[in-house]
Amino acid sequence: MEWMAWTWPTALFFAGIAVALTVLALLHMKYPSTARTGALGIETMRGDRFFIALLGSAFINLAWIGLVDAPQYGALIVCGLFALCVFRWV
Amino acid sequence: MREDHAAGKRMPKIRLSAVIMIAYLLFLLVPIYWLVSMSFKSNSEILNSFTLFPDSFTFKNYQTILTDPSWYMGYVNSFIYVSLNTVIALLVALPAAYAFSRYRFYGDNHLFFWLLTNRMAPPAVFALPFFQLYSSVSLFDTHIAVALAHCLFNVPLAVWILEGFMRGIPREIDETAFIDGYGFAQFFTRIFIPMITPGIGVTAFFCFMFSWVELLLSRTLTSVDAKPITATMTRTVSASGLDWGVLAAAGVLTIIPGAIVIYFVRSYIAKGFAMGRV
Amino acid sequence: MDKPVNQRAWILVLPVVVLVAFSSVIPMMTVVNYSFQDTFGGNEFFWVGLDWYRELLQSERLWDALGRQILFSVIILLIEIPLGILVALCMPKKGWTASLYLVLIALPLLIPYNVVGTIWQIFGRSDIGLLGRVVSDMGISYNYAQNAFDAWVTVIAMDVWHWTSLVALLSYAGLRSIPNAYYQAAKIDQASRWSVFRYIELPKMRGVLIIAVLLRFMDSFMIYTEPFVLTGGGPGNATTFLSIDLVKMALGQFDLGPAAAFSLMYFLVILFISYVFYTVMITTDKGEAKQ
Repeated sequence: MEWMAWTWPTALFFAGIAVALTVLALLHMKYPSTARTGALGIETMRGDRFFIALLGSAFINLAWIGLVDAPQYGALIVCGLFALCVFRWV
Repeated sequence: MREDHAAGKRMPKIRLSAVIMIAYLLFLLVPIYWLVSMSFKSNSEILNSFTLFPDSFTFKNYQTILTDPSWYMGYVNSFIYVSLNTVIALLVALPAAYAFSRYRFYGDNHLFFWLLTNRMAPPAVFALPFFQLYSSVSLFDTHIAVALAHCLFNVPLAVWILEGFMRGIPREIDETAFIDGYGFAQFFTRIFIPMITPGIGVTAFFCFMFSWVELLLSRTLTSVDAKPITATMTRTVSASGLDWGVLAAAGVLTIIPGAIVIYFVRSYIAKGFAMGRV
Repeated sequence: MDKPVNQRAWILVLPVVVLVAFSSVIPMMTVVNYSFQDTFGGNEFFWVGLDWYRELLQSERLWDALGRQILFSVIILLIEIPLGILVALCMPKKGWTASLYLVLIALPLLIPYNVVGTIWQIFGRSDIGLLGRVVSDMGISYNYAQNAFDAWVTVIAMDVWHWTSLVALLSYAGLRSIPNAYYQAAKIDQASRWSVFRYIELPKMRGVLIIAVLLRFMDSFMIYTEPFVLTGGGPGNATTFLSIDLVKMALGQFDLGPAAAFSLMYFLVILFISYVFYTVMITTDKGEAKQ
């Protein structure tokens, strides 16, 4: 495992994703999510929206690094808003 | 009258399509011809005189390859890991493809997409971590390391193609078999697999091919003992002065296995490509 | 016709999940870990936060390679897709010539990538290659190792040579699935060749064409071996595409941190494009099923 060079922040990040996936799976068993067609014109389930939010957040973070000269938590705030929008409207 | 008219109209069209076909085939075959003809020339003929046909027809280049272990072991190594990879990919992909083609389950679409991304991911991204991974478990420079690494794109590919073939088999067959008292394993090996033999053949062909043609990962994960022929070729180019004749002969020999295999699956090849998914 | 829900199917899928997770999730995690750290040889890592990302995003290197990559992929698609369709339309539909053509056309697909590079290296050199010699004799100065434009032309010709057959085979399979009745109806209506293509063949090939575009785009986006053998990324950096640049960084210089950051961004782009394509594919499938 040493060669993988784990660090606390990255470990927490992956643990977070694992937890989120588990929660999504459990939620799906309890309250099955229904597909709906949102603002993008594609049918999405809860898992799709989670994926879109996550992928979009990655790009927002990268754009923030490249374009804005401000602390990174600013990007995280934008990501939070973005995720909310995705879950609400997509 | 109308028939004549139609035929008269079609005649030049057929000729046009034949012309296009022939032009395209020439475009495909001339570079290959050049490689083959060069493999029968001596190096001095290649460098000193420009000939369309080999002047002094020689097998010396092939002789070099077939007698020098540093050359022919490359083919042996490639064969070993390619076969290993094909077997592994088929074994794990068969049940999975069956599951995808017959049932819905939690996350099936997402799982399918995740498999797809691995087929689409550039090997360059994985070269470095694979190198570290297989070094850390001391599998570096072994055949199994390359075989496992190639599973990254071949397993999703196998699942994909097999799923396409299995979808074409009516589900009633499964149900009848289960009613007749077959267990799942028995049904799968005795009834289902014989029914999709063409599909398995096509899948094996594509796994074989994609593992055979891949260079980056196999070169990164090997140094001496498991060095594949493709790596041998590129290293020879950079190291010694160029012996074009031998290089061409080595190239011709790498084409032959594919040409043999494709002969056997020729009638399924278009279907295999259409399944998808390659 | 709907498939039954059966959660036990997971047992059948499990081996694939484990194997692919081993081959893809563990390396991806490692890449993420490396991308936030610096190393001075050996196994000592230091947390550097987002420095590598900042450095790469503000350097010309990444953007230049990305620009070349996108230009290359777009050119490839613009040539190979129409040409592939044209070849498929010209293929005979049955008889021994059909299977002969199939085998011959498939031939370039079965050649190891580096041998494709070698073939064009030999074919294009002006001293020993047929193509290079003929072009030079026509009075055009041509040298793919020295001139950036020539290198591009050669790399594109090589890729067209290598992969147009894939598009052709896919389209051919799509064409073959069109029932004969459609053609007969068109004949009765005295439809022109163009309208047969436009209103019968093209719509029916839509599914396979999406797959063809997807595969050609993705594979050209990760192209490595062929230009590496042919030009080595040169002259200068003219044909240094993303994968070539990445391998240079990762295995040539063994810069773990920057290479990992590069890999991750590369992968994110791939993930995004794959998702778009996958969504389009699923939507088309559903649309066709409804009809």
